Amino acid sequence: MSELFNLVIKSAFMDNMIFAYFLGMCSFLAVSKKVSTANGLGLAVIFVLSCTAPLNWLIQKNILDEGALSWISSDFATIDLTFLQLLMFIAVIASFVQLVEMIIEKFSPALYGSLGIFLPLIAVNCSILGGSLFMVQRDFNIQEATAFGFGSGLGFWLAIVALAAIREKLKYSHVPNGLKGLGITMLLTGLMGLAFKTFIGMTL
Amino acid sequence: MSTEIQEKEVVKIKQSESLISKRRRKILVDPLDDNNPISIQVLGICSALAVTIKLEPTIVMSISVVFVMIFSSLITSMIRNYIPVRVRIIVQLAIIATLVTLVSEFLKAFNYEMFKVLGAFVGLIITNCIILGRLEAYAMGNKPYDSVLDALGSSVGYAWIILVVAFFRELLGSGSILGWKVFEAVGWDTFPTNGLFVDSIGAFIILGLLIWAQRTRNGYIEN
Repeated sequence: MSELFNLVIKSAFMDNMIFAYFLGMCSFLAVSKKVSTANGLGLAVIFVLSCTAPLNWLIQKNILDEGALSWISSDFATIDLTFLQLLMFIAVIASFVQLVEMIIEKFSPALYGSLGIFLPLIAVNCSILGGSLFMVQRDFNIQEATAFGFGSGLGFWLAIVALAAIREKLKYSHVPNGLKGLGITMLLTGLMGLAFKTFIGMTL
Repeated sequence: MSTEIQEKEVVKIKQSESLISKRRRKILVDPLDDNNPISIQVLGICSALAVTIKLEPTIVMSISVVFVMIFSSLITSMIRNYIPVRVRIIVQLAIIATLVTLVSEFLKAFNYEMFKVLGAFVGLIITNCIILGRLEAYAMGNKPYDSVLDALGSSVGYAWIILVVAFFRELLGSGSILGWKVFEAVGWDTFPTNGLFVDSIGAFIILGLLIWAQRTRNGYIEN
């Protein structure tokens, strides 16, 4: 259990999706103007990441890996479908996001109202697909995959809310014209990354 | 009767427009500077930063993106009238994912070392917002040839930015260009390489400064 907890902490801070791997940068930069919207997107990412990581794990281990299909019949033991990995993963993510959107719309219109716009955006958030690909690369088991997905989402939420808070304050400062908007945000992200770097070297 | 006349007129307009007319040149050149996908439209930043530690993987990445971009635009534009509006995102993602799989299998077969360096980031071309953004905004509503020009412009606009970032990161972070030790060749053996530029932080800062320089030059101001 403590190993799983360590993995959550590790993927949220040391291997932060944004500062260590640059994943999910597009929505990180585009949706970080206000804390409340950033918070909504962050929570949605946590949810989708911690669900799609184990889902894709099941698909990888039971369908795509070489010999994984042998549970159907021993004739399939030599089939290797790993080349379909990208297509399957993105299909799972896109349809899962669609499904979640429909369920939330049906059962909790209030939540849908506050979250609704960000849900479709998540399908093309690199950190979701990246989470699934890294999980395969690192050979996790299903509990670890879930913990990794949750931790990565947590790291994304933390980073986007922090950046949004800084940018809200930034409105009152004088920034050179050419640096306004994206430029100053990039420099800010660099400085935030520097802060997150202090976690490197910590062993759990 | 009237539709016949209209069709004839459409054909006429087609013939009168040269292969590289002024309008088309604008489609091609605009995304290089004034409407650059990375520095002005803020799209596709993820992969722009992840692979730019060294110049060589960046070149491979640029070529892959140009390839995927052009062919996904061509295919989407050719079948745009048959794609149901409600499921268009999934159709577009499927087209992109197929092409990216092609690139990734090609790299695996012919340049396995590079495939290992790029790792998951080849797969992440799928979620490169530039591609989906251009398909959605341009290829879904325009003719194949124009869409290909637009795709070429946008992907080259993306490529030059990541190549510049990679150039500075490799130069300052590893003291080399394409693996060739520049400073040792000049005779400056003690050049202090800066680990910050190998790290993600250097990429953010170089891109931030590059955007500053470019926007100062073309006068774009973001509100």
